[in-house]
Amino acid sequence: MNFEFSDEQQQLRDTARRYLADHSPSVAVRAVLEGEQPYDTALWKGLGEMGFLGAAIPEEFGGLGLGYLELCVIAEELGRSLAPVPMSSSIYLAAELIKAAGSGPQKTAWLPKLASGEAIGCLATSEGPGRVSEKSIQARVTGDRLSGAKVPVLDGMAADFAIVAARDGDRSLSLFIVDLNGPGVARQAVGTIDPARGQASIAFDNAPAERLGAAGEGFSLLTEALDRAAVLTAFEQVGGSDKALEMARDYALQRIAFGRPIGSFQAIKHMLADMYVAATLARSNAYYGAWALSTGAAELGVAAATARVSATKAFQLCGKNNIQVHGGMGFTWAFDCHLFYRRANLLALTLGGQSEWEDKLVERLRRRNAA
Amino acid sequence: MNFDDTPQEAAFRAEARAWIDANAPHELLADLENAGFGGLNLSGVDPMQAMKAWQKKKFDAGWACLHWPKDYGGRGATPIERVIWGQEEGAYGKLSGTFIIGHGMCGPTLMAWATEEQKRQYLPPMAAGEDIWCQLFSEPAGGSDLAGLRTRAVKDGDDWVINGQKIWTSGAQHCQYGILITRTDPTVPKHKGLTMFFLDMKSPGVEIRPIKQVNGQSGFNEVYFTDVRIPDAQRLGAVGQGWTVSLTTLMNERLTIGSGMPTGFEEMFDFCCRMDTGEGPAVDDKAVRSKLADWACRASGLKYTGMRAISALSRGETPGPENSIGKLVAGATMQDIATFALDLMGQYGAVSDPEMAAAQSRFQAMLLRSPATRVEGGTDEILRNIIAERVLGLPADIRVDKDVPFEKIPTA
Repeated sequence: MNFEFSDEQQQLRDTARRYLADHSPSVAVRAVLEGEQPYDTALWKGLGEMGFLGAAIPEEFGGLGLGYLELCVIAEELGRSLAPVPMSSSIYLAAELIKAAGSGPQKTAWLPKLASGEAIGCLATSEGPGRVSEKSIQARVTGDRLSGAKVPVLDGMAADFAIVAARDGDRSLSLFIVDLNGPGVARQAVGTIDPARGQASIAFDNAPAERLGAAGEGFSLLTEALDRAAVLTAFEQVGGSDKALEMARDYALQRIAFGRPIGSFQAIKHMLADMYVAATLARSNAYYGAWALSTGAAELGVAAATARVSATKAFQLCGKNNIQVHGGMGFTWAFDCHLFYRRANLLALTLGGQSEWEDKLVERLRRRNAA
Repeated sequence: MNFDDTPQEAAFRAEARAWIDANAPHELLADLENAGFGGLNLSGVDPMQAMKAWQKKKFDAGWACLHWPKDYGGRGATPIERVIWGQEEGAYGKLSGTFIIGHGMCGPTLMAWATEEQKRQYLPPMAAGEDIWCQLFSEPAGGSDLAGLRTRAVKDGDDWVINGQKIWTSGAQHCQYGILITRTDPTVPKHKGLTMFFLDMKSPGVEIRPIKQVNGQSGFNEVYFTDVRIPDAQRLGAVGQGWTVSLTTLMNERLTIGSGMPTGFEEMFDFCCRMDTGEGPAVDDKAVRSKLADWACRASGLKYTGMRAISALSRGETPGPENSIGKLVAGATMQDIATFALDLMGQYGAVSDPEMAAAQSRFQAMLLRSPATRVEGGTDEILRNIIAERVLGLPADIRVDKDVPFEKIPTA
């Protein structure tokens, strides 16, 4: 058996790490965090040119035609560098949904542009506080016009089109592609806990909408897409956890108090050890998710939820304890700790909160055990 | 990334499976599969006899101590073959419990430090399960701080005379031999005055007293030494080299990986699906689900961390201190699970009578055994220190007794 990434995949990871160290340093993250730009356009273009965006998009649609494992190692590096780009929205969700459910013309129209970065997609499901469910969605399509309001929409300001969950004429849930630059769409940026990944509030008023996938299949398409995105996002969370742990460790070695490095106190050592344990469990669970995703295993539902819950927990722990180890300096805008804390807590929500995924995990384990 | 065997691994697995199918004590399988915490209860069979019989059968067919050289009674198998064997042996592996310390720690220590003649004399009977070995390390004054041990060895002619006390010696009452670390020079700093021996546990002056534990069982013992004589020929390593020798033993403990520490999660999940709280199955309760999900992630994380360690072994890498997380996570998880399982039972959770208790009293047994898991073989705190120092590279604790002659170290 070999439960590791291959040498080629490790090389891809190294390439991605070097590229992102050069092109997504924290100063670039801060530029988006503090600026008007909804994402780092130069980095986005570069990721397209490097082939990272299209890694798992078939060659016939302009991608590299590699597999999910390659996309996983890229995701880990994006997470590590907090890359301020709409990767999860455009690639893990929009491109994946179009690959899975798009018609021939839809794939031809969108996948090559998504692979190059020329077009950006996003997913619009939430309409307010509370979990997104089949019942919570009120947006409606009549004929081929969509009306309703979605908030928050991750990368909604950056995107060219949205895949919107809405009630189809007969009240069943379907997905629709809507041109965000077209008629009947009004969007505005909303303030969030992590402005390095912008979000939008979008109002649709009889906006032209084209159905993606079969009528009434919206929720099951969405559930499957969220599972695949959960595995990829888990790699971002694992990358972020490792980096936050390294920052805390490095600071503990260098900061002197009471005449010795604070990293020599057991209170600090044990906190860092607990971060390492959480990050290690999360990494192993993410590998389980990657294996299930790349092999199309029936266990994907369990594996994705496991990877998700474990990675969310690890990144939140590493993010908050990184600040704690840094003490007062960790609470300054000048130190990078808050960038990780923000991202950890953003990623914990974007595909649905922790309790939602805990529910999914337990339900799926129950179903698996009963089978 | 895959769980597939290489052709060589597949051939080894097929051979192992065929031999186990043909030779394992199938009549014990159900009892072994149900065995939880504490001693083995095998209907109508003495567990020690069952363990010795299975070990001898394996030894005769060349399936004992797979990782040992053939000359000493092993098979010379690769680490990955050892893992495959463990997977195939499954519940029958519970019959190896009494041999683990000998095969995993004492044997490798002898291999590294004993004479060739001694290795040929003592290792094959150990592999065959005829001789059981124990490890006499911990003391009342030397647990986590093992090098603080006080058992004295004084040279007298060609012998050493031993006086002192060991504690937490697993299975000492069943053992023929033990490896023993002693203090031979109290005038030098604590790590430098230690010397290792092996001895016959039937030697005059050795007294074994079982310790009655929290859970009422007695897996651990105190061992008292009163003027016990050990021939100098049974010294392992040089006089004063005992600490280095003990590290061989402790490093080998770490090589026993991939077997997976139990967390109790599967049993807990099953219990929560069946247990009716009065408002439906426990698994439907939000608070229960959140805990189950967390434990599921810990159990799964340990399982796949093990798979990664096996992959590293298979590539020829040596397992490192990062494998300390197994027991750290499993011990605490088991204790949390046991506590919460009893909580779900309400007042009835206190009932541990096996005839009456819910889930065959499994969780009550887990509750009363789990504190030991968090202490034995490295406390949670020592394991966190190991991760912090050897994995993350943080400074070692300040040791005020490091350069002080042992006899000058203050005692309570």
